[in-house]
Amino acid sequence: MLSLLWLIPALPAAGFVLLVLLNRRLGRAGTALIGAGSVGLSALVALLVCGSFIASPPAGDAYHQVLWTWLDVAGFAPTIGFYLDAVSVTWVLVITGVGFLIHLYSTEHMEHDEGYTRFFMYLNLFVASMLILVLADNLLLLYLGWEGVGLCSYLLISFWHKDPQNVYSGRKAFIVTRVGDTAMIAGLFLLFTQLGTLQIQPLMRAAEEAWAPNSGVAIAAALLLLGGAVGKSAQVPLQTWLPDAMAGPSPVSALIHAATMVTAGVYLIARTNVLFELAGDARLVVAIVGVVTLLIAGFSALVQHDLKRALAYSTISQIGYMFLALGVAGWEAGVFHFMTHAFFKALLFLGAGVIIEALADEHDIFKMGGLRTRLPAVFWTFTIGAAALAALPFVTDGFYSKDLIIATSLGSVDGNLWFYFGSLVGAFVTTLYSFRLVWLVFFGERHTEVTRRPRWRQLVPLYVLAVLSIIGGFVWLPAWIGAFHPLEDFLDTALPPMEWAGQYAHFAESAGAALLIILIVYVGIGLSYLLWMPWRQSTHAFAESPAVRPLVAFWTGGWGFDWLYDRVFVRPIRWLAHAGRADVVDYVPRGIAWLNLAAWRGLSAGQTGRLRAYVAVAGFGVVLVLAVVVLR
Amino acid sequence: MVLTLYILIPAVAAVVAWLLGRVDTRLSRWTAVAGTAVPLALLVVQWIANAGELRGDFVAEGAGPAGVAAGSWIASVHEPWIESLGISYFLAADGLTLIMLLLTFALGLLAVLCSWRGITKNVGVFHLMVLWTVAGLAGVFLALDLFLFYFFFEMMLIPMYFLIAVWGHERRVYSAIKFFIFTQVSGLLMLIAIVALVFIHGRETGVYTFDYTQLLGTSMSPTTAMLLMLGFFAAFAVKLPAWPLHTWLPDAHTDAPTAGSVLLAGVLIKIGAYGMIRFMIPLFPDAAYDFRVWALILGVVGIIYGAVMAYAQTDLKRLVAYTSVSHMGFALIGIFAWNSWALQGVILELVCHALSTGALFILVGGLQDRIHTRDMSKMGGLWQVAPRMGGTAMFFAMASLGLPGLGNFVAEFLILVGVWQVSHWAAVLGAVGLVFATVYALWMMQRAFQGEETHGLKFADLTKVEIGMFASMIAALVLLGFWPQPLITTARQPLDGLQKLTAGTSLVQPQTPAEDAGAAEPVADTVAGEEGGP
Amino acid sequence: MADVSLDHGLVLAAILFAIGFAGLLTRRNLIVVLACIEIMLNAAGLAFVAAGARWGQADGQVMFLFVLAMAAAEVAVGLAIAIRFRQSLKSLDVDDADEMKG
Repeated sequence: MLSLLWLIPALPAAGFVLLVLLNRRLGRAGTALIGAGSVGLSALVALLVCGSFIASPPAGDAYHQVLWTWLDVAGFAPTIGFYLDAVSVTWVLVITGVGFLIHLYSTEHMEHDEGYTRFFMYLNLFVASMLILVLADNLLLLYLGWEGVGLCSYLLISFWHKDPQNVYSGRKAFIVTRVGDTAMIAGLFLLFTQLGTLQIQPLMRAAEEAWAPNSGVAIAAALLLLGGAVGKSAQVPLQTWLPDAMAGPSPVSALIHAATMVTAGVYLIARTNVLFELAGDARLVVAIVGVVTLLIAGFSALVQHDLKRALAYSTISQIGYMFLALGVAGWEAGVFHFMTHAFFKALLFLGAGVIIEALADEHDIFKMGGLRTRLPAVFWTFTIGAAALAALPFVTDGFYSKDLIIATSLGSVDGNLWFYFGSLVGAFVTTLYSFRLVWLVFFGERHTEVTRRPRWRQLVPLYVLAVLSIIGGFVWLPAWIGAFHPLEDFLDTALPPMEWAGQYAHFAESAGAALLIILIVYVGIGLSYLLWMPWRQSTHAFAESPAVRPLVAFWTGGWGFDWLYDRVFVRPIRWLAHAGRADVVDYVPRGIAWLNLAAWRGLSAGQTGRLRAYVAVAGFGVVLVLAVVVLR
Repeated sequence: MVLTLYILIPAVAAVVAWLLGRVDTRLSRWTAVAGTAVPLALLVVQWIANAGELRGDFVAEGAGPAGVAAGSWIASVHEPWIESLGISYFLAADGLTLIMLLLTFALGLLAVLCSWRGITKNVGVFHLMVLWTVAGLAGVFLALDLFLFYFFFEMMLIPMYFLIAVWGHERRVYSAIKFFIFTQVSGLLMLIAIVALVFIHGRETGVYTFDYTQLLGTSMSPTTAMLLMLGFFAAFAVKLPAWPLHTWLPDAHTDAPTAGSVLLAGVLIKIGAYGMIRFMIPLFPDAAYDFRVWALILGVVGIIYGAVMAYAQTDLKRLVAYTSVSHMGFALIGIFAWNSWALQGVILELVCHALSTGALFILVGGLQDRIHTRDMSKMGGLWQVAPRMGGTAMFFAMASLGLPGLGNFVAEFLILVGVWQVSHWAAVLGAVGLVFATVYALWMMQRAFQGEETHGLKFADLTKVEIGMFASMIAALVLLGFWPQPLITTARQPLDGLQKLTAGTSLVQPQTPAEDAGAAEPVADTVAGEEGGP
Repeated sequence: MADVSLDHGLVLAAILFAIGFAGLLTRRNLIVVLACIEIMLNAAGLAFVAAGARWGQADGQVMFLFVLAMAAAEVAVGLAIAIRFRQSLKSLDVDDADEMKG
């Protein structure tokens, strides 16, 4: 059963190839069958393989399948091989499961789009690349998947490429992530040169043996890999591409920019945890990046007018939580939150897609409202998603995973008070902005009428994800409720166990800390209700008031990062390119040619054609020569 | 004997094509196809026949550099020619030669095919020029006598000049003359270096010979070696082209007809890399080591400069031309790194770049034939008019920016890994160059193919022949991306041999602890660590 | 007869040559140019004769005969050219024949 592992990425890849070859000849039904079917089959195989893995784990809690040796140059011999352990099982199940639901959704959502086949082509390629990424047994193959998802992200963001703005957003995403990739590839050079291999498991073992804890090399390698992770996962300082990426269709935002691709960075760090365990300083940087990002993005999400942009900033913020967890060595907690986040964020994006489509492409939440009665199914599922995002206690999976992270940020061996307060503030802000969306979109006066209702292919994924958003957290209950944590046990087979230490550890694990979080959530929900229901006008006025307006604008614009990068990088390079367009270096050969021509012109001026001039010159020359000869 | 055929068949076909062209252009075209396809077939046969020998490890046939050099060949021809001057007719082929010849004939065939509809004037003479170029190229890659090498090197210039000047575009005469003068002058510098080398060797050993295998290991003072190396470097740097000697390339590529651009970008500029690997560095390893820093600087500047310039262009063909400058910067730094990874990367880069850039030129040429302009401001939204063309362009743009899964990525990664051993900063800056590559590739797609279609252009999508050509190139690039091993194995023996030639010099440092120390011995396949299992 | 010293002869020849050369440079009439050339030739011949007298050998006078013959031949050709010149350019101005310029 486990030997079917290679089918999991191969099936969507085959789907891609089929769609490319049969492009013109397929109708809607055919494309949907191949496009969604390949991912569905892959999900099925994944269930079988992962189920078999969980039920009867192989020796060493890992399964390794090598297809062929990619290349072999002087001892550098990466393979096309797949490695399955608890971490990759989690990712594979999420990618194929949530991926299939989103494919199903897309068959309805993109029904009227002329690029239907192209859409599924790219989407299948994306799923294949993402699966390669998480299953790769060596960093070079991982990098292949890494760039593959970047490519598909670009293609899908700029899917409606008639509008140059969409293409610009796609380019921005690709280029910004590529900056991160440059750091990552330098990390690969370093790792290979120092340790002689890029196969992940041997690499980790070699690193443990060869490098002392917190040695310069280890930190350098870890930070370089972090650079790549930061780019793909849209963390500070490379987070500017994600809000613009919302230019793509909603299923794309759900799959790529919420559930899967943006978690690639989280996966990378989890995968190379040995390296980060060695480099404590690098781990600190990861945590700081996480905390800073979750706060910045949280505040930005609070003031967005565009529904999808708000969700985008929310994604950035939640991934910040995952980074924070990894940074304080709460490895399993980060993975847990990835899983729960995939469920509720995909749900929210798919719901947003339905809403936007229902209102004839209206994105502004202030032009929505009162949709509770018109789109009840969407209302309930969306609210469940928002509740999970806000970590509504006990009944949503977000509560369990976020509570765990907040507790870890304090109680872990690397935890400290700053991280704790940061994550608490972040949780409060999250509650505010997530319910803000609910109140503004579904309650109050209706500003835009519903013109299109969702069909079953769009609703079923919403229902499934809503259910998952509720029960998904029950696989790991906190210590103070009970000792039921099968997920933690499962992940412990692949990741270092979380260590609770320090003066606050006991408090962090206790019910008291959880009570604090529960309190914050309820206060947040209550406050958001007040701000955006009865007091809506005053909140508006407050945001528009001259004192507050600049702050709101600053937060809306993503804390000025775009502005900064534009001034520092984009404009100078553009200017340089256009100033030197005619190739300044060419002035040298052109100068030489000009000199030659000038000399020619000068000399030919002497060719007057007149006999007397020639004679005079000849005579002068003779005299000169004679003088030289005679007078020597 | 078969080696002479590689040169003779295209040469004869050239004359036949010319003569037949006066009768019927179709006959001329088919002769040209035969003139490139037949040697290609021969080559494949020879490759397969010698596959076993190529897979083996490198064995020197004697002591000293001459012995090492002699151990590499799978076929050779060595006849005396001008005895009094020590010039002989010495052709030889090893794995590296086979790869280069493959490029030559395959791209020659593509060049003929893509001119099927485009060239209508003086068809016979056109094919004469194309095949003459192919014959000259074959000679360059096969020749091992320095005089013979120079002979073929210069011989190719003339038909190339005519190709650009007669069948080219707007500024064709200017571009052709520029190309000719640049290459000719640098070639003359190389000639001086060759003659000087022969004299130095002659004075030392009493034997005046132009034979490369004899000239290896000539001892001379460091200054002399540096000067002679620079003479060779001048010629190859102009050909490659290395910044700042690259300015002939955008003009020549832009104004050449499609076939000319394909041959230029696909094969001619590879001579620069080949010459450095085969001749320049083995002949002057210590001087190359001294020069390495400068070469790395020039290479890195070329990578970034080429990429930024590509981004700035409004002429689509010129944009693609500058990408060549950028990619060959990678080749330059890889060559001077001179270790197994970098050199394998360079060979792979030469092949993949020829495929991807050749394809882009064919695409741009086809587009120009349809809408009669290369100005990107007059394009936009072409994907809606010709979706197949758009998709193909997207694929090759991705190859250009080094997307993993395609051969270009493997090549560039290997080069950068190899360069990292020698210089961290050069490797990092080279990787930064990849970001700039993304910028120009995506910009090219956006400006030409995406966006609104505002100019009312309507034209046919790709024809069956074009689809066939592109499909084969796409297949090749994907194959090389996931399974480059055949190419790597073919090149391994000669590259190991070349590295052995420079063993013991300062150029070859001990590799990292993970690799064997000293000169690169052919390393048995070591698949690092497998555990668990099916 | 009193000996004419070499110096005097050479100086006279030089002066004659200079006169002829000056005339060649300044006069525009083709016939006059030819005449000036004659003067220069004769000046050269005179130099030969003077030198021959100095050394007491007949070589100088032999050379002068040579020069005379050559001058005659050259004048014949020169005058023929002058006639063609007049016919195609309609004037005898040397400066008018300036088509091979640039």
